[in-house]
Amino acid sequence: MRSKSHVVLASVNKANSELSSHQKKIFKVDDHIGVAIAGLTADGRVLSRYMRNECINYSYTYESPLPVGRLVVQLADKAQVCTQRSWKRPYGIGLLVGGLDESGAHLYYNCPSGNYFEYQAFAIGSRSQAAKTYLERKFETFMDSSRENLIKDALFALRETLQGEKLTSSICTIAVMGIGEAFHVLDQETVKTLISEFEIVGEEPPADAPDQGSVAEPAPADQGTPADQSASPMDI
Amino acid sequence: MNMVDSAPAMHNLIGSESDSQRTLYPYVTGTSVVGIKYKDGILLAADMGGSYGSTLRYKTVERLKSVGKHSIIGASGEISDFQEIMRYLDELILYDNMWDDGNSLGPKQVHNYLTQVMYNRRNKFNPLWNSLVLGGVKNGQKYLGTVSMIGVHYEDNHVATGFGNHLARPLLRDEWHENLTFEEGVKLLEKCMRVLLYRDRSAVNKLQIAKITEEGVTISEPYALKTFWNFAAFQNPTAGAEGSW
Repeated sequence: MRSKSHVVLASVNKANSELSSHQKKIFKVDDHIGVAIAGLTADGRVLSRYMRNECINYSYTYESPLPVGRLVVQLADKAQVCTQRSWKRPYGIGLLVGGLDESGAHLYYNCPSGNYFEYQAFAIGSRSQAAKTYLERKFETFMDSSRENLIKDALFALRETLQGEKLTSSICTIAVMGIGEAFHVLDQETVKTLISEFEIVGEEPPADAPDQGSVAEPAPADQGTPADQSASPMDI
Repeated sequence: MNMVDSAPAMHNLIGSESDSQRTLYPYVTGTSVVGIKYKDGILLAADMGGSYGSTLRYKTVERLKSVGKHSIIGASGEISDFQEIMRYLDELILYDNMWDDGNSLGPKQVHNYLTQVMYNRRNKFNPLWNSLVLGGVKNGQKYLGTVSMIGVHYEDNHVATGFGNHLARPLLRDEWHENLTFEEGVKLLEKCMRVLLYRDRSAVNKLQIAKITEEGVTISEPYALKTFWNFAAFQNPTAGAEGSW
């Protein structure tokens, strides 16, 4: 989800077993751009590398950050090529790209088809529908939300997808970027504190009235669904 | 300004074929460009002369041009290379506009692009023989920088190329301050240009001043500076030297 000045990306990372590590789904592309993916994560790695390259090259030539709107178009054009060549296959991932440019904070969703859309808030992956329902209720307040409320709403949306399971800091990843704040993933301690602060564990999300505190629907790109092993590409 | 001496020695050693494809020495050159930041934006001044060696051959060469919505560029050095640079910049701005999104290249980005171009050409021993001044305003931020033919680049509140560095910068160091009004800025630039007119033999008395503010670019019509030659020493120059000597 995003507000005027911040974008929050959140994802659920469930590991296959206790023994294995969680799969990484949120990537830093540049100080001002981050991406969260759902689908064939191998394809995700490749596209992240492409995006990072594009950002670096632009920075080198122009000493300025690549506007996220342009990166998204380049990504979409790259995906489109794969749909028109017989010897290629489409990239098996949906990307939620959050970033800053001159006109503020933006959130985009890129499809394997080569289409891209700008969103106030969105969720992708399996079980993303639950998160989307939550976001649909709250999104109107996101634009003017504060950074803290945006993150809070992201956590609430994540919780919706867990269907009763307990939301703990070990299964989710939250990343934030904003004007004057470089992209970074919040560490486990911070997330743990936030979760208990907002008393999310088993409690209702704040009321719908757009009072400043609760329903700042940040429009971060919500990963919504857990990092599902069997994540079918674009379960939307 | 006249670099003819150093160049010929080099070209026997480097790339003997296709020498005709490289710039070895400049032919038609422009002299100094002077630029300053002022309260509302940037002011650039340059005369309109194109010298062919020591001959003041062309007298209506426009050395100040606008680049996109947010920048202006002034060039000294080889005029044909400046025209090539303008082709690069026009293409850059064209592609920037073709994105058709809310973003546009500001003066800082154009300056850095030019720096990379100039430096890369220098590394290939085929420089664009220019010293450029790039200034502009974007979102209220003023920017003024310069790039030389070897890729040396920097930003400052006042910059100049060529002889301007030696004659105009000292004046600017003393008299420039933040919040110059437009009139004060023009007066200061005219003072610099007058000194250059008196002392730089490649200068001609026909100049333009370019102004860029948040609102846009204005390049003035050509005009001439008033000069004063009524010094006693000029009245009877040969007094005291009568005779065949």
